[in-house]
Amino acid sequence: MSDLMDLYQEVILDHNKQPRNFGPLPDADHQAEGYNPLCGDQLKVYLKLAGDVIEDVHFDGSGCAISKASASLMTEAVKGKTLAEAEELFGGFHDLLTGDPSVRAEAPAKLGKLAVFEGVREFPVRVKCATLAWHTLQAALAGDSEQVTTE
Amino acid sequence: MTDALAKNHADAATAFDVDSIRRDFPAMQLKVYGKPLAYLDNAATSQKPESVIEAEAHWYRESCANVHRGVHALSVKATAAYESARQKLAGFINAANTREIVFVRGTTDAINLVAGSFARNRLDPGDEIVISGLEHHSNIVPWQLLCEERGAKLRVARLDDRGDVDMDEYARLLSERTRMVALSHISNALGTINPIERMIELAHERDIPVLVDGAQAAPHKKIDVQALGCEFYAFSSHKMFGPTGVGALYGRLDLLSEMPPYQGGGEMIRTVSFDKTEYAEPPARFEAGTPNIAGAVGFGAAVDYLLKVGLDRIEAYEDELLAYATERLLKVPDLRLIGTARRKAAVLSFVVGDVHAHDVGTILDQEGVAIRTGHHCAQPVMERYGVPATSRASLAFYNTREEVDRLVAGLGRIREVFGG
Repeated sequence: MSDLMDLYQEVILDHNKQPRNFGPLPDADHQAEGYNPLCGDQLKVYLKLAGDVIEDVHFDGSGCAISKASASLMTEAVKGKTLAEAEELFGGFHDLLTGDPSVRAEAPAKLGKLAVFEGVREFPVRVKCATLAWHTLQAALAGDSEQVTTE
Repeated sequence: MTDALAKNHADAATAFDVDSIRRDFPAMQLKVYGKPLAYLDNAATSQKPESVIEAEAHWYRESCANVHRGVHALSVKATAAYESARQKLAGFINAANTREIVFVRGTTDAINLVAGSFARNRLDPGDEIVISGLEHHSNIVPWQLLCEERGAKLRVARLDDRGDVDMDEYARLLSERTRMVALSHISNALGTINPIERMIELAHERDIPVLVDGAQAAPHKKIDVQALGCEFYAFSSHKMFGPTGVGALYGRLDLLSEMPPYQGGGEMIRTVSFDKTEYAEPPARFEAGTPNIAGAVGFGAAVDYLLKVGLDRIEAYEDELLAYATERLLKVPDLRLIGTARRKAAVLSFVVGDVHAHDVGTILDQEGVAIRTGHHCAQPVMERYGVPATSRASLAFYNTREEVDRLVAGLGRIREVFGG
C-alpha cells in the first residue's frame, strides 16, 4: 500500500482533480496531439512561443491521473522557460522515471515539483502515462502534425 | 428461465467443486505482492491446467517430429497426436467432418483467412459486409481492409443502451448487396451474448454466409456448429485454457473445398512444378508450413479438460458467479456497469466515478487482483458509451465468490486514494 501512496502523491491527485492551464489556447502557434493506445489516454498540447521562450502552454484531453497530472505540472514547469531549458527538464524528468538511480541523485532538486513523479519508477507500465505530455510537447515544437503515440 | 431450468442451474452450481478445479491450475497458487493472485482477466487469456502444460511438454519430450511427411516412427507418432487433436476439436464443436477443422494461429488468423480466401472472391465494388457494433478489432479490421481493396462497404448494426445489437437495424442492413456477415458470439468488452441463432437465420434467409467469432464463447458455452448452421466459426486455444499461438477455424467442407489457399508453402500442396502447383484438399490447403504441432496437441488436451469438467456445469457455475458479482458491483458507490445485455457471459465492464480505468487497474493490482483496463481492442464499443476506457473483470470457472469479494474490497481502496 505504501507504494500506492508513493505513486499517487497529494500533488498529483490535486493536479488530476484541478488541472492547471487546461483547455485550448486560442492563439497557439504550435500544437500536437498525443495518444497512449494502451489505455486510451489522449491529450493535446498547445504552445505559444516568443522567440525561443515558451510564453504560454495549455493542454486538454482525457487520461488517467498520472498522465493528466503530469501534463498539468509540465505546463507549469515549462512556462517562461527557453526551449533548451524545457528540453533539459524533460531529460531530467525522463531520468527520474527510468534512469539509473545512482546517476540521477541530484536530479530531483533541479526538477522542482516534477520530482513528485519519482514513485512512478516502481510502476514501469505507468511510465508512458507520465511521459505522454512531454512527448506531445516535443512533437508540437518539432511541428509534427502527425499524432504521437507512446507505442 | 423456467423454474425447472433455474433449479437445474442451481444444482449444477452447487455440485461444482471449485477448490478441486483450482488445484488443477498452477497459476491459481501464484502470489503477487505477497497476496494470492485473483486472476479476473480471462477474456484476455485464460490460465492453463496442469494437463495442458503436461500434454505439450510430453509431446516435446516423446513425440517431437514434423507431421505428415516422415516415414520414421516419431513422425508417425507426431502426426497421430496432431490429427487426434483435430478430431477432438471437431467433436467439441460438433463438426460433421474432421476435415472442417483448420488449425490457425488464433481467431484473428481465422478471420483473416476467411476474408482473404472466401469473402474476397465474392466481393464486387458496391457490395457490402455486415458486422455488429460489438465487434473486437479483429472482426472489424480484416473486413475493412478487404472492403478498401474491393471498393465494398462495411455496414455496422448499432448497439442499444444495454449493449444488445439492435436487431431491427441488423435485419434492415441485410440486403441484396450483402455478401458476408461477421458477428461475435459473445462480446469480449461487454459480455453480451448475441442471439446468434436468430442472426444466422436472418442472414440465411437472404443466402448470406456467416462467420461467427467464437473466441469468447468457446470457453464458456457448448458450441454446436451444425445446429447453428453458420458457414464459419473461429476460436482460439488460449482463451479456452489451452496454449497460445494456436486456434481453429471451422468451415463447411463444401466451402473450404472451393476456396483458394490462404498462404503458399509446404504442407498445402499436392504437386509442385515451376509451371503449376496443385493444392492439397482442406484442411491441409490452409495449413502452409510446419504448424504449431505442440500447440495443437495442448489445444486437444484443453478440450479434454473442458469436457471432463462439463460445459453445462461450467456455464451454470459462471452464470451464478456473474449474478453474484453483478449484485456486489452494483452496490459499489459511483460504479457504472457498461453492458447490461439481456443475456450475458461473465464479463463485467465498468467505470468508477471519474477515476480513469488505468488508475483503477493499478490500485487493484496492488491488491493482487488482476483485471483488464483500457479499450479491450473494441474502441467503437467504448465510443458508443462515451468512455475512453473501462475496467473489466472477466470470470472463468476457477474463479470464486471470495475473489469477487476481493475485487469489491479493492475498489473500496479507490476512495482511500482518490478521496470522494
